[in-house]
Amino acid sequence: MILNGKALCYGDHVDTDVIIPARYLNTSDPKELASHCMEDIDKNFHKRMQPGDIIVAGNNFGCGSSREHAPLAIKTSGISCVIAKSFARIFYRNSINIGLPIVVSDLDIKDGDQLEVDLDNGVIKNLSQNTQDSFPPFSPFLQELIAGGGLMNALKEGKL
Amino acid sequence: MSMTMTQKIIAAHCGKDTVIPGEIILANVDIVLGNDITAPVAINEFEKAGCNEVFDKEKIALVLDHFTPNKDIKAAEQCKKVREFAWKYGIVNFFDVGQAGVEHALLPEKGMVTAGDLVIGADSHTCTYGALGAFSTGVGSTDMAAAMASGKAWLRVPEAIRVILKGKFKPYVSGKDLILHIIGKIGVDGALYQSLEFVGEGVKNLTMDDRLCVCNMAIEAGGKNAVFPVDEVTLAFLKEKGAKTPKVYTADEDAKYVRTIEIDLSNINSTVSFPHLPENARTFDEIPNNMAIDQVVIGSCTNGRFSDFVTAAEIMKGKKVHPKVRCLIIPATQQIYLDCMHAGLFDIFIEAGCAVSTPTCGPCLGGHMGILAKGERCVSTTNRNFVGRMGHPESEVYLASPAVAAASAILGRIAQPSEL
Ligand code: SF4
Repeated sequence: MILNGKALCYGDHVDTDVIIPARYLNTSDPKELASHCMEDIDKNFHKRMQPGDIIVAGNNFGCGSSREHAPLAIKTSGISCVIAKSFARIFYRNSINIGLPIVVSDLDIKDGDQLEVDLDNGVIKNLSQNTQDSFPPFSPFLQELIAGGGLMNALKEGKL
Repeated sequence: MSMTMTQKIIAAHCGKDTVIPGEIILANVDIVLGNDITAPVAINEFEKAGCNEVFDKEKIALVLDHFTPNKDIKAAEQCKKVREFAWKYGIVNFFDVGQAGVEHALLPEKGMVTAGDLVIGADSHTCTYGALGAFSTGVGSTDMAAAMASGKAWLRVPEAIRVILKGKFKPYVSGKDLILHIIGKIGVDGALYQSLEFVGEGVKNLTMDDRLCVCNMAIEAGGKNAVFPVDEVTLAFLKEKGAKTPKVYTADEDAKYVRTIEIDLSNINSTVSFPHLPENARTFDEIPNNMAIDQVVIGSCTNGRFSDFVTAAEIMKGKKVHPKVRCLIIPATQQIYLDCMHAGLFDIFIEAGCAVSTPTCGPCLGGHMGILAKGERCVSTTNRNFVGRMGHPESEVYLASPAVAAASAILGRIAQPSEL
């Protein structure tokens, strides 16, 4: 799968409380959660993002709570992929479990750069700066999980 | 191959003799936990997948603790969903208002976790039970859904950081100061994907409440889990709580660690983590003595246990909360509430001008019962001080021990007990 979108850049340690503040967790409706996505770190998130755009961040993206509402809000907002230097572990597994593509890379990317991410071949291209980076494939277990459409599909197929 | 304590517990739960760091395995879980925020999402997934059976109705714990007693209509709907699920599937360990308490204080108290168990919970602070010599880690709602149906979870076998403890705390220094010190030292991603394994002769000087508090905040260093060796303190605690027979695992002598940290407990001082990351740990020689505060919260899965209130009451006895400060006392479980009541601690708190609440997560996550306005500052015994964690995005949370929180409530500024 090849994803195309512009970069929305953030710093290190973007936590789940700013991705989706707890005051909105009295619902599990993905659309309602998405409407508050990134609200406490970027008030203009919804104004400046377009479907397919890519969140780019520094180290430890998604640290904090286990709330799956965070990747769910990002995915439902229309973000196609998150690229970070590293991810917090629960956010990482939640994203895989729900099918939000996440990529570890430290390619130099500026806010607004046009990106292309080739998930199958593990290549990110920064079209605005004409640079690229490769990222290692997921382990076979996770590849199978992702290709099969997430954890619940694996469960349905009796793979757990 | 040599293994750490964590690796041994994981190996025992996936039917292997050895596991290797980085390997992904499917583990059999002993307990799967969820709360009123994460369980509804898990229940949606469970139902969407067409599941109509849980793997074991005694091994699922559902605790309504975050927005309870229901803070609004939406929260009430979420709780109703969990309640109906629990009734439908006959979930034995379902805790509603009246029996509930903050989940990570409740499960150990109810004897639901024993040494050697493998526990997953759709709550990041599930790492708390490492204090009991269990492997226990936070996961997401989909993981919870899959585990409720299958009793299994995928896990990446972690590397470990070894923390060697020696010595003894000074008065009014506790597990909270130790873990804030460690996070300050290694950073909020200092243990990313790794275990924190505590060892050394200093372990015996930590109470079970200290250990629970330390393990609780392993996630604040990015850790997958934290674990303490099983000793007399652990065994006595498990026995008292009626937990299942413990299985004791110990790390191999030649187990590999990515890093070793040595800490002399007698060198740890009262520590406060400044906004907006738990790694911004400072001791009082670096804290100005004029930092006025608006609120103090003593409670949560980190420091809402009986000994925490004993410490706070000792400091507040016969004194008054500063007129410009609201001080909230929130025992983490009904049992702790009763214990505080019987010990006369509520008299001390209420006479000092504190508000005492029924068990709830409440303000810890900015849910209800103590939300901060713009620009307000709170000293809290909870575990996170992220932007907007306790209310307005421009409010501030300072993480501290019950001793520091109590002294601060009296003095109206960030202060340590020796200043009283
Ligand atoms: S007390 Fe706070 S950290 Fe603990 S489970 Fe509740 S919300 Fe989470």
